[in-house]
Formats: sequence, structure tokens, C-alpha cells
Amino acid sequence: MNYKMKKVNIEFMVNNKKRRLSIKVNELLINILRNNLNLTGTKYGCGIGECGACTVLLEGKPILSCLTLAVEVDGKNITTIEGIGEDKLHPIQESFLKQGAVQCGFCTPGMIIAVKSLLKENSTPTEEDIRNYLRGNLCRCTGYNQIIKAVKSCASEQKTN
Amino acid sequence: MQTNTKILAHEFEYFAPQTLDEALDLLAKYQDKNAKILAGGTDLIVKMKTTNLKLDFLINIKNIQELNFVTCDDGLKIGAVASLYQVEKSEEVRTKYPALYEAIKAMAAPAIRNMGSIAGNLCNASPAADTAPPLMVYGAEVKLVSKRGERKVAVENFLIGPGKTVISSDELLIQIDIPALDKNTGSSFLKISRVKADLSKINIAVYLKREDKVCRDCKIVFGAVAEKPIRVKGAENILINQQLTPALLTKVAQKSSEEIRPINDVRSTAEYRSKVAKVLTEEAVKLAWERAGGEL
Repeated sequence: MNYKMKKVNIEFMVNNKKRRLSIKVNELLINILRNNLNLTGTKYGCGIGECGACTVLLEGKPILSCLTLAVEVDGKNITTIEGIGEDKLHPIQESFLKQGAVQCGFCTPGMIIAVKSLLKENSTPTEEDIRNYLRGNLCRCTGYNQIIKAVKSCASEQKTN
Repeated sequence: MQTNTKILAHEFEYFAPQTLDEALDLLAKYQDKNAKILAGGTDLIVKMKTTNLKLDFLINIKNIQELNFVTCDDGLKIGAVASLYQVEKSEEVRTKYPALYEAIKAMAAPAIRNMGSIAGNLCNASPAADTAPPLMVYGAEVKLVSKRGERKVAVENFLIGPGKTVISSDELLIQIDIPALDKNTGSSFLKISRVKADLSKINIAVYLKREDKVCRDCKIVFGAVAEKPIRVKGAENILINQQLTPALLTKVAQKSSEEIRPINDVRSTAEYRSKVAKVLTEEAVKLAWERAGGEL
């Protein structure tokens, strides 16, 4: 049917930049970010909401971009891993580097986005809080201990600053 | 079946109504067509990717601000588009409706809870839906609205089987109403899953009302052990108007385990579910009893 092939125009903010796109309504946010906007930091992992690799922030809160239609974010604000530190590395990214929390790196963008949201909600998380919050972000290298360490050290640095 | 979860392959027409009226007009217009409501997408989009579910019209209700609320005056009212995260963050839900709070905290992960809604969890009608048992023990009702009018249905009667509810194709679930609770009541929710982010192998919610040492009212609901979340009324009746003692609790647990109808599936076995149902009953009743101010 004809209507199905129609494209729609959307306008949304990505990392504080206004973007206008013409897209089909069945296109997923992750593919628009990666293919149309070249923001390939956001990763495609499982595609069904199990792994968290595609996590981005919608109005400052985490969502899974592989389960979000691009048309849904029309008029909204999206932050991806490319946007969280602006020009330099974000303290969470620094902390991940320092603690060796990046192995193959595939889960890292989603993990860091989730940590950003965690620290916004709770600036002094316990280990249990961290593990609980990051339970939707899988690390196939199983480098969880370093990730927990990175989050803790980042939280305590934020506190001293 | 080979599936590509990277894209949504099939095409559909998309609507994003801004008001309830617009949404109801669309539902009335497309009620005989292949239309679905999008209220989060954590179930629907996954199904569109991995099953044969095909639809021609998708109505996204997330922008309807009049349905975005969590209020607690005389009872709790939750709008259809309020996210699970919003409900979880409500101080009143945490303090007054602990079974619901614990059920939401036990669901998936923060990003999923930020997308999904209770209304979606109910309409998806999974036998393992975590919000259904607490809503059922609290005696919650859903408000269904269409161009024809409005009706209220108890959550207990709303769910009829796996993926099946009593909702008509022109109706929209707009609100969940949970009654205010009396003093000396307590509730609890427990869940067993492989890892925390997983779906339940089995879950349970308990609500009870205490008068001194006697249990005056009691509801026990299990999820993931039948074709829909079920009340174990035989077990409830053992407890009602009785003094709660360890010996009685053992009887209640035994009866619960006999009343459920678990099956073997990908997440667990019938045998395990029957056995663990006893332990869960004892723990959940005990916890609810303590929250109602009782001692055991």
C-alpha cells in the first residue's frame, strides 16, 4: 500500500545540535543515529532489550535506541556517548580508562550512559546500587569488577570536587 | 526462525495523537483493521521484530499528556502513559504500596523501566507480568474507554490468558485505580528469576489485614504458574479469620503449592515451581504480616 512507503520529517536535538531528517516510520533510532548521523558510538547488541549496548539518553533518562522508533523522538532531546563529554572526555570516561574498565569496548558506550544516569540519581551509590542499576548492561568480556571500581572512583571524585 | 533484530522490516502507518479524544477517534476508525497501541515498546517492538506479529497501524499514545500521571489522594491512580520509572519514584507508592514498588524494582533494568508502563505490562498479558500480582492483591481496577463509553474492570478479570485480555479493539486502557488501604494491612512481593534482569520463573504478591493476632483478610496471587496470574483462594481461606501461627502458615503454603498449575517451559520446570511456591508463600506472608504490624 502506498501510505506505508511515505516518509515523514522529524526534528530533534542530538547532543545539543538540532537535526532535521526525512525518515520512514519503521526506522529505529539506533539506525538513524549510526547510519544517518554517523554517531557510531552507540552499539547494536541484541536488538531485543537484553544487553543495553544501545542505551542513549532521552531527556536525560536512559532508553534503548534499538527498541525506539526514530519518529518517537520528534521534538525531543537525545544524548549519545559522543555528546556526554562535549569536547573533552567526561569524568566517567576518564574513570573507565583509569580503572581498566574497557576491554573490547563494545558495552562501554551503553555502560557509560547508564552510569551517567545512575550518578545523576544517586551520587553516592553502594556496590549493590551500582550492580543493580547496571544489571541491564551486559559485558561479554565479563569485566564487571573494573566497571564497578570505575563507577565508585568516579562517584568519590565527584564528591571531593 | 531466523530473525534480524537490527531493523523493523515490515511497514505500517504511524500516528502520535496528542489528546485522548484523538486516540479514541483513531481506535474507532481502525478497530476492524490491524492496529496496535504503542505505550513503551519494550514488548511490542520486540514482538514485531521476533514474531509473526504484523500490524498496519501503530498508535503511539506516549505524547498524550493527560494520561501521564501518578497521583495518590484517596487511593492511587496511575495514568496509562506513566512510565514504570515514574511509579517507582513515587514516595507514596514506595511507602503505601510496597508490593507494587518491589515488583517494579524487580523488573528488567532502569532503561526498560523508563520506557515501559504498567498499562503496557497489563495489556501485554504475559502470565509472568510482574505488576499483575500486586495489582490483583490490592484489588486494582483498570479504566477502559472508547467512543462508546467507559467501563471499569478488576485487573483480576481483565487478564484472561497468555497475551489475552478483555479489552475490545476500540478501547484504550487509560488508568489504573488502586483503592486506599486500611490501617493494619501489609503487603509484599517476591520473585525468583535466573538473574535480576530476567522474567520471573515464579512470582507472588500477598496482601493481608491484621486484627491483633488474627488475619481478617488475605489475598495471595502467583504469577508465571498458570495461563495467567492466579489467586490461590483455597490457601487464602485457610488464613482468613484465623490466628497466624507457624503451623498454619505451613498449611497455607502447602495449599498454595497444590492450587497453582505450573508447566515446564524455557525458564523453569513445573516441579521446581511447585516446590518453591511453598517457600515463597511462607516468606511473602510472613513479610506482609510483619508490615501489618504483626509478629510471628
